[in-house]
Amino acid sequence: MIGAEFDYAVAESVDDAIALLAEGGEDAKLLAGGHSLVPLMKLRFAAPSLLVDLRRVDELRGIQTGGDSFRIGALTRHAELQARADMGLVAAVATQIADQQVRNRGTIGGSLAHGDAAADLPAVLLACDGSVVVRGPDGEREIAAADLFEGYLTTTVAHGEVLTEVRLPALTGYGYGYEKFNRRAEDWAMVGVSALVKSDGGVCQDVRIGLTHMGATPLRASAAEDALRGQPLDAEHIAAAAALAADATSPLGDLNATPEYKQHLARVLTRRALTTASAA
Amino acid sequence: MSTVEVPPTKHVGQSLRRKEDPRLITGRATYVDDLALPGMLHAAVVRSPEAHARVVAIDASAALARPGIKAVYTGEDMSDLLAPLPMAWAPPGVEIKTPERWPLVRGHVRHMGDAVALVIGDDKYVVVDAAADVEVEYESLPVVIDVEQALKDEVLVHASLGTNKTHEWSMGGGGDIEQALAASDVVVQRRIVNHRTAGAAMEPRGCIAEYRAGALTVWSSTQVPHLLRLFYAVQMGISEDKVRVIAPEVGGGFGGKLQVCAEETMCAWASRKLGRPVKWIETRSENMAVSHHGRDQVDYVRMGATADGKITAFHAKIIQDLGAYFGLLTPMIPELGAFVMTGCYAIPVVQTDIVGVLTNKFFTDAIRGAGRPEMTHMLEVMIDQLAEELGIDPIELRRRNFIAPEQFPYETPYGITYDSGNYEAALDRALEIVDMEAFRAEQADLRSRGVLRGIGFSTYTEICGLAPSRAVGPSGFGLGIGLYESALVRVHPTGSVTVYTGASPHGQGHETGFAQIVADRVGTDPSVVEIVHGDTATGPMGLGTYGSRSLSVGGVAVAHAAEKIAQKAREIVAHNLEADPADIEVRDGRFSLKGDPDQGMTLAEVAGCAYVDATKMPEGMELGLEQALIYDPSNFVFPFGTHVCVVDVDPETGKVEVVRWVAVDDCGPAVNPMLIDGQVHGGIVHGIGQAIYEQVVYDERGQLVTGTFVDYALPTTMEVPSFETDRTETKSPSNSLGVKGIGEAGTIAATPAIVNAVIDALRHEGISFIDMPLTPLRVWQALEQARGDGNGPRDSEQGASLPAQGEGSAGSGPTIPEGGRS
Ligand SMILES: Cc1cc2nc3c(=O)[nH]c(=O)nc-3n(C[C@H](O)[C@H](O)[C@H](O)COP(=O)(O)OP(=O)(O)OC[C@H]3O[C@@H](n4cnc5c(N)ncnc54)[C@H](O)[C@@H]3O)c2cc1C
Repeated sequence: MIGAEFDYAVAESVDDAIALLAEGGEDAKLLAGGHSLVPLMKLRFAAPSLLVDLRRVDELRGIQTGGDSFRIGALTRHAELQARADMGLVAAVATQIADQQVRNRGTIGGSLAHGDAAADLPAVLLACDGSVVVRGPDGEREIAAADLFEGYLTTTVAHGEVLTEVRLPALTGYGYGYEKFNRRAEDWAMVGVSALVKSDGGVCQDVRIGLTHMGATPLRASAAEDALRGQPLDAEHIAAAAALAADATSPLGDLNATPEYKQHLARVLTRRALTTASAA
Repeated sequence: MSTVEVPPTKHVGQSLRRKEDPRLITGRATYVDDLALPGMLHAAVVRSPEAHARVVAIDASAALARPGIKAVYTGEDMSDLLAPLPMAWAPPGVEIKTPERWPLVRGHVRHMGDAVALVIGDDKYVVVDAAADVEVEYESLPVVIDVEQALKDEVLVHASLGTNKTHEWSMGGGGDIEQALAASDVVVQRRIVNHRTAGAAMEPRGCIAEYRAGALTVWSSTQVPHLLRLFYAVQMGISEDKVRVIAPEVGGGFGGKLQVCAEETMCAWASRKLGRPVKWIETRSENMAVSHHGRDQVDYVRMGATADGKITAFHAKIIQDLGAYFGLLTPMIPELGAFVMTGCYAIPVVQTDIVGVLTNKFFTDAIRGAGRPEMTHMLEVMIDQLAEELGIDPIELRRRNFIAPEQFPYETPYGITYDSGNYEAALDRALEIVDMEAFRAEQADLRSRGVLRGIGFSTYTEICGLAPSRAVGPSGFGLGIGLYESALVRVHPTGSVTVYTGASPHGQGHETGFAQIVADRVGTDPSVVEIVHGDTATGPMGLGTYGSRSLSVGGVAVAHAAEKIAQKAREIVAHNLEADPADIEVRDGRFSLKGDPDQGMTLAEVAGCAYVDATKMPEGMELGLEQALIYDPSNFVFPFGTHVCVVDVDPETGKVEVVRWVAVDDCGPAVNPMLIDGQVHGGIVHGIGQAIYEQVVYDERGQLVTGTFVDYALPTTMEVPSFETDRTETKSPSNSLGVKGIGEAGTIAATPAIVNAVIDALRHEGISFIDMPLTPLRVWQALEQARGDGNGPRDSEQGASLPAQGEGSAGSGPTIPEGGRS
């Protein structure tokens, strides 16, 4: 459990970090909360030549609330999100990440940039139709959630870029529900389902369903969404929509679950999450 | 000691706070890794990524070229070791094929993580980097992982043995088992898989070995310092008096440190070679891969009974997965369980047939309970299976077969004599707490609302307090040594006391409990009784801590030594008061005259006579106040009790949650009830871990899949309920304290209670049997299968199917790399 040798530098600003990354070459890596990267380094799955620590970059901290959206600094810790009752689904999800020690260290930027298929926040970004802002040597760009996650542990944040901000629509008037299924309270999700429902007099006006760990990237349960939109939010219609939640997914089996079991879980959890979201 | 009257107790029986806790919880304790010696070198081990291969070539040149690297050694370099690593069981009349195990392999690797080379260097980082530089060329050989497959001998783990079957061991009692089964009204049978688990102590293994001026000192995170001294002397050809082993603070063992570890011998050898101290600290990855595992049996069990529920016969065929080698006790683990095959029941005819089988996995050995959890699991699960077959309530069925209190001492068909017991009383107490009528009403109500709640019982007894030396030693059961224990009680001139024990605690709380025992006997306070353990240079020969032996053997030794001190003190006091020693008693913290308590002396005053003013000593009495002795128990002890588990099963996902636990244990009179609770709590969590969460999994190529705590799912506080514990107290007639062991009881009792509870919750779904671990996947699959065909399977073959492999890791966190380097 001792990682390979590496160099270490502390960035004073985003631009400084970009410069350090450029100097460091292709094996330089950013360090945020370190709770995904450092375990991989200890097991020598990752062996960066240089770590560029973001801890002093204050411009990456803080949450701004502007009308109908939240702008969340990339260094915002899960524990800070957890405490934000006004952030609805995001707070509810953050509460269920790992244990408090991990939540005190892990950051939203790190979680999204890492692109772990079993991580909780990526599917939320996708369900909310949020986006991230990244800055690199060539300037700043915004990446929509749908374009961010590429594959297993890969995102479209390019090497040399810093994810600076996460943008989430406030989604006022949406009820939400999060169902995380794991063996132990502190585990990663075997399957997770986040649901957002906008109801108008008991009829579904809009619905978004994000699936965690049902593939190499987070997914939207589009068939289930389409089936529910415009329908009454009763048990029967919710169940009928949830039955479609695993359509078009092809999860891999792992130590704890077969693909069939994961698909089954996705359907069960979707029904539960939709029920909670509709009741809100 | 029967001549000495047991003094009125004061500290014994109290929940005194643990004396060891302040240093442990303020970070002031000293573990091996906290120690550093001048000139100390560090070691790292190059481990095999292959489960079975011939080592073709080892190229250490790149590693040796790294600055700071002193040496790289291979198995051949250590050919001057005088003996391989020990296996300490040679039962008379049983032929055992023992594969040789050297600290570093000599030509072949036989499990993932097998030790190929040792790298020594200046700091702990450079040796890990250099270990990665050592190039080893392997020629892969076929691998056998499944124990029943291994029995076919198509792939041999050790070609030189000619077979994977190392031994067979059978024991029968009470009559012919086949006849008894044939004559039974009903016979239930099951194939039960008791899967492989890890000890997972909080502190991994580790050592520093220093060979200097012809003498070897080893600081080791061990449960058995004296045994290590013996084996180092033998392996390295050093006179035993020149070997000292020190167990500093030890952060848990669970049996994993009841071992003579390859890495420690390597360090001792390297220290002698290089003339400098050598330190090795196990990483967590190594701990998961190459600290011995436990359990791992496939059991074929049959239980016969009369129609009215009298058990007539019980047969177990146990196929034990040994792994690739023998550890210190590997082949004898199931045998230990066989000794309590009849559990709490008067079963007239029993038979145990054990087959030991090698596979390309790390070796199994003693982990908390060692054989007894497996046996208790079979027995208590089968009782419920029989109850269902007969249509008799499982609690009632247990009562009909209990050995009655008046039958003790009770001799089992195996010739084991149970010391004492009152099984009904513990069961009755548990039922008072649980209230079955209310439970069944609640269960029905919840079921109507979609929650599947179930209750399971385990009424256990176990054998511990290892052990009467004649019974277990070389001419008896065949262990390499008897299992007596030593004590040395030394009163200092000012009256404070130091006690040396051969027991070697690693979290249990001996420093508190033993101090309570001594304080009461010599009339002082536990705060001035220091318990010293884990150093072969201080006290007499000791056997260490395992097998729930510390109190009923080591504690009794301490009590006896303290009683001898008290007797001498009485004579000194009587001499000074001009009274009869028989009239002196320990009362309110001093030695005083019966009937006239104002007349008396404190222990400090007695010590003053013994050490300072010799004129106050009786004529001819030796000076000083010190007593050493060895106590050899006359029998094992047999704690017992009733554990009740309540679970909720999610009918849609299969997830099992333990929602209530009632434990009524009987380990004789309590020395410290809080320490007992601590052991019971931990023991139950250990059992919950095996039953629901934990499993060591290798894939078919012999790669360890569960190499981290992400994938090896130890339960946390979030997964266990608040335990409701209670006790009954039935004295053991075998020792003067009347005590029995409690360190393993919770683990031994727990797993069948959980399985029985889950089956109770699911029986109406058509599920009548399911194997551990009761993961969501496994329970869901059982439900699917049961729902698939109307009546449900009588026999779901859950135990046989391992989860499908895909990504490997359960979460996404780090998983062990192929080859399992750390
Ligand atoms: C025991 C344990 C359990 C966990 N359980 C869960 C869980 O249940 N659910 C869950 O979602 N997560 C879980 N995690 C992961 C945890 O939430 C991580 O902290 C988080 O996913 C990554 O955030 P970080 O700040 O620690 O990133 P780091 O580990 O510092 O970095 C992760 C990766 O992202 C890159 N990176 C970091 N910040 C930026 C940035 N601003 N711009 C560009 N690239 C960046 C790094 O270079 C690195 O490649 C767990 C972690 C542990 C240790």
